[in-house]
Amino acid sequence: MALTLYEKIFNRHIVREENDTYLIYIDRHLVHEVTSPQAFEGLRNAGRKIWRTSSILAVPDHNVPTTDREKGILDPVSKIQVDTLDENCEKNKLTQFKMNDERQGIVHVIGPEQGSTLPGMTIVCGDSHTSTHGAFGSLAIGIGTSEVEHVLATQSLLLKKFKTMLVNVNGTLGKHITAKDIALYIIGQIGTAGGTGFAIEFSGSTIKNLSMEGRMTLCNMAIEAGSRAGLVGVDEKTIDYLQGRPFSPQGENWKKAIHDWKGLVSDPDAVFDKIINISASSIEPQVTWGTSPEMVCNINDKIPDPAQEKKLSNQKGYQSALDYMGLKKGTSIKDIKLDKIFIGSCTNSRIEDLRRAAEIVKSKKVATNIKQALVVPGSGLVKKQAEKEGLDKIFIEAGFEWRDPGCSMCLAMNADRLEPQERCASTSNRNFEGRQGQGGRTHLVSPEMAAAAAVNGKFVDIREMP
Amino acid sequence: MLPINKHCGVVIPLDRANVDTDAIIPKQFLKSIKKSGFGPNLFDEWRYLDRGEPGINQSERKLNPDFILNKENYRQGTILLTRENFGCGSSREHAPWALLDFGIRVILAPSFADIFYGNCFKNGILPIQINKEMTDLFFKKALSEIGFKLSIDLEKQLIIDDGERYTFKVDEFKKHCLIKGLDDIGLTLENSKDIEVFEKRYYNQYPWLAK
Ligand code: SF4
Repeated sequence: MALTLYEKIFNRHIVREENDTYLIYIDRHLVHEVTSPQAFEGLRNAGRKIWRTSSILAVPDHNVPTTDREKGILDPVSKIQVDTLDENCEKNKLTQFKMNDERQGIVHVIGPEQGSTLPGMTIVCGDSHTSTHGAFGSLAIGIGTSEVEHVLATQSLLLKKFKTMLVNVNGTLGKHITAKDIALYIIGQIGTAGGTGFAIEFSGSTIKNLSMEGRMTLCNMAIEAGSRAGLVGVDEKTIDYLQGRPFSPQGENWKKAIHDWKGLVSDPDAVFDKIINISASSIEPQVTWGTSPEMVCNINDKIPDPAQEKKLSNQKGYQSALDYMGLKKGTSIKDIKLDKIFIGSCTNSRIEDLRRAAEIVKSKKVATNIKQALVVPGSGLVKKQAEKEGLDKIFIEAGFEWRDPGCSMCLAMNADRLEPQERCASTSNRNFEGRQGQGGRTHLVSPEMAAAAAVNGKFVDIREMP
Repeated sequence: MLPINKHCGVVIPLDRANVDTDAIIPKQFLKSIKKSGFGPNLFDEWRYLDRGEPGINQSERKLNPDFILNKENYRQGTILLTRENFGCGSSREHAPWALLDFGIRVILAPSFADIFYGNCFKNGILPIQINKEMTDLFFKKALSEIGFKLSIDLEKQLIIDDGERYTFKVDEFKKHCLIKGLDDIGLTLENSKDIEVFEKRYYNQYPWLAK
């Protein structure tokens, strides 16, 4: 029988089945400081052991400071969370990259970087953006704290089957159009609930031509379309990316692995529950204007009129989003002035993202109305590579701050945040109310668009920049 | 999970409807890294006259003498008696954690919020739906008789008040789990042989994952 990629991975992990609920074996468990402490405590209270310690890779990322690390963590609540992770990892002898390890970084950046994310795996993490890892032809889903405990204790998870959706993107992307624009465009088309209940596979010639970094950006945003899992089939790029990474298989095992991985694509005649076709040439630079990723438009558009919104149920939401964002209908996106710039997060903090942004700001200056422009690399190794290439100098000379790796202003759990009513061009994934700081206003864009906005003080069409 | 089968305890009459999870445990306590230790902050805003914050010394705070949990006769109570729609609001498990940490093992109410009801079973608390008349009757007794106690027999599905017996309904499977102290993890571990067998076959087939 012809199978989709999702079904192939799901099927090889079924331990048992009862009434359409499957016990699914988990290969990789990524752990960070925010959602794990209660799970470890639960385990301890029940006198249970971790089933397979070698499946775990732990790292603190949400609460770590991005400056002056040698001073430690000043916020006591953050410090307790990070210290607790350290303790839990030490006690249980788990692999962890501590805050001052150069391999530390955002959990969804370091998994692939270390080769600990491999094709065909089931991967979980107590974090919704775990979908990122699906870029490698793996089944990667975010889970809650009680499920984290379940996986720690049993190496398995109770799951129902998702429906399958195929998003085909074909054709050549315009200049400066990135995976982030594809992701925002798709969410604009299908809405933030469009993928609910589905595992989304991205395919087509445009996706084939994306780098692994681009595919990660795309799968990262699958959750913003409501889908718990995004996937891309394995090809040469996947295998090239993984070769020689610290956790990747070696020698004889490597040969066996790539032989298996090559089959990790959907069969040509596999049946999907839903198929969506998108033409790459219709995608322009995307900017969100509201408080949900689906409130998005092209750089050359104007802010929509809530009264014109087709879905009546959306009208009220549109208006309150505009009120929160301090925007009026009919305003050109290009007239929106900004206060801060954030280049980072598990969506867009990899080396390719930094290269593309640096290319734009090279020998330019951050506009005077921008109070702060941050570049936060996704990991210590990304940072090191960028410094080797001199990207740090380009950013610093332009007036950006060059920070240490972590989640940072993506969710403002550490000291990096927006003040009330500050407006930010951000390469992260969520523009929810208060996400980047209470009262803060977030516009989601690609790294190139954020860089262009930084040097112009407002949004510009990256394609028209000199 | 703490099992429960036969239980006897003092009844705490909390005479309010629609008690939400934020009232059970206010949100400033959700940043904690623990599953335990929420007991002192159960019903925090009602129980104390000053505002509760994590990390402050709870024993130095000003108690609200009018709140039922602060009254001498109810402090040791383990059975909470309350009104309609108990536990509405958030899906987080901090609310049952706080109740359990305080020592509550059984909750009697005419109705419960759905998710909360399920979360109770996951955390060793037995929620029992009772009818309006029974609710009123128990409220009357709990408020007038000092140290009013009820006995619960989960196996036989009985509430026993001094020889009077009332039956109650409970899902068979949930009942089994509570009596045995089985949470989802406990249940999965009952099949741990299956996981071991799976692993053997799996790592044979995909040797590069065996480490
Ligand atoms: S970067 Fe943002 S979205 Fe990604 S894991 Fe951190 S907080 Fe979550």
